[in-house]
Amino acid sequence: MPPAMTKHDQPMAVEVAGLEKFYPGTGGRGGNHALKGVSLTIPRGSIFGLLGPNGAGKSTLINILAGLVRKSGGTARVWGIDVDEQPRAARAAIGVVPQELTLDPYFPAHDALELQAGLFGIPKAARRTDELLQVLGLADKATAPARSLSGGMRRRLMVGKALVHNPPVLVLDEPTAGVDVLLRQQLWDYVRLLNRNGTTVLLTTHYLQEAEALCDRIAILADGQIVAKDTASVMLRGLESQELLIDVAAPLASVPEGLRGFGPDLTKPYRLVFRYAQDSDSVSRILEAIRSADLHITGITTRQPDLEEVFLKLVRGKP
Amino acid sequence: MEGVNWIGVATLYRREVRRFLSVGAQTVGGPAVGTLLFLVVFGVALGRHAPTPGGVPYLVFIIPGLVMMAIAQNAFANTSSSLLIAKVQGNIVDLLLAPLGPGELLAGLVLGGVTRGLLVGALTALAAWLVVPLPLVIPALALFYAVGGALVFSLLGVLGGLWAQKMDQQAAVTNFVIAPLTLLSGTFYAVNTLSEPFRSIAYFDPVFYIVDGFRHGVTGMSEAPPLVGVLVVLVANALLGALCHRLLASGWRLRQ
Repeated sequence: MPPAMTKHDQPMAVEVAGLEKFYPGTGGRGGNHALKGVSLTIPRGSIFGLLGPNGAGKSTLINILAGLVRKSGGTARVWGIDVDEQPRAARAAIGVVPQELTLDPYFPAHDALELQAGLFGIPKAARRTDELLQVLGLADKATAPARSLSGGMRRRLMVGKALVHNPPVLVLDEPTAGVDVLLRQQLWDYVRLLNRNGTTVLLTTHYLQEAEALCDRIAILADGQIVAKDTASVMLRGLESQELLIDVAAPLASVPEGLRGFGPDLTKPYRLVFRYAQDSDSVSRILEAIRSADLHITGITTRQPDLEEVFLKLVRGKP
Repeated sequence: MEGVNWIGVATLYRREVRRFLSVGAQTVGGPAVGTLLFLVVFGVALGRHAPTPGGVPYLVFIIPGLVMMAIAQNAFANTSSSLLIAKVQGNIVDLLLAPLGPGELLAGLVLGGVTRGLLVGALTALAAWLVVPLPLVIPALALFYAVGGALVFSLLGVLGGLWAQKMDQQAAVTNFVIAPLTLLSGTFYAVNTLSEPFRSIAYFDPVFYIVDGFRHGVTGMSEAPPLVGVLVVLVANALLGALCHRLLASGWRLRQ
């Protein structure tokens, strides 16, 4: 069982520091430096989103925590347990839903959950197989062959397998990839329920709007490095991603001299697009400069960025 | 978590056994029938012209060899296919995510292989016994070699399953290593009747000692000194067990 949380020094659910992973090359091909000194802390009781493009190192990071990948350097702790010093205890503290649907076709849902609980050393009397089948909507498929389950059912069964030992930390690696809208909503509702009951959730997802809506905190991983980590709202506020669209009466051939300091784009002959940080006084200065340039404003529009734009900007290094 | 995860080991063992029993016709019935066919073919083909190695009737001579061949091939097949299929299907993560140490993983997997090997061997022996009564001279010795031989090949299966990344590689090991080893280690003939250098080469083959020792327990006839056979089985299991444990601890071909 994972150690109890102390009242004095509230340890993190997950702590990684200076995490390095280098995959050696094979057959004359160069290696891959998948993680480059990643440091990250995930508070207990949070829902933490780990975002990043394909190949950014998200799965490598998750798999190091789960003991599926051996790190090249740095430290990793799950629920205060070092994954190198106490690998079995660390594995007992984490439940992982892998990205791929990997079910053993020999065993139906009930047996698959029973077996997984047994592998985790859970005595029969302490197992909650029926409860998991019920809450995941699989009770009527308990004895059906694994091959007969739909993709959504298999996904739910994978979640159940990750929860058999009631882990304090649940990792979901792209859990809603290829899942229909209704099932996705059901899964997220269940994740929220688990979180309310005290489970810390770490998820990777490509559905950025969902991460924005679901996660307390978000980290963006790109090319093996954390390029941003904060709450979603702070991340959005702190970036010069707010847009101010000014339509003017007379067409412009180029950006007027007095406005160039703001770096606007002339997207149409009548439209100037300014970008600014939400928590600055940029808007009033921009409007003042437009009046000074004798431009007649016919329309003003502001546009909030969504997480996807922030993500792309951080990952690509440009708006 | 401290100590041994006994529930985990027992679960893994049960999983291994259920896995092969759920397709019993393929994993138990088929191999037993296939082995008995060897007995029929040799019995019919050689008839009265069959040799009597060491004074033992030929069918009585080859039955222990065939039984040991069945034990060895099926013990190997169980562990190697279990690991490889889990790797190919991806559900190897079920084992890797669980709090099971290398010794616990090895115990659960290997005992599953030993169980299948012994089950097929017992079925084969029982069916053969109905046709050709066997003397079973030293039962304890026969049991020692049956279990020890199953353990050797179950451990070899773990090595094969860890090494192989695709079905083709596993088939290559089965066809080019395990099948020749089990067929050409004195299963069908007395090694002492071979001409040189094959006779000397046979004495360097550890599988020969397993087959010969088992035959000794069943028929009372042996070609190698009994103590050497016992030592070979013990040393082979110790070395293979240590190697498998080390590879599992290092995560070789399992954890990147």
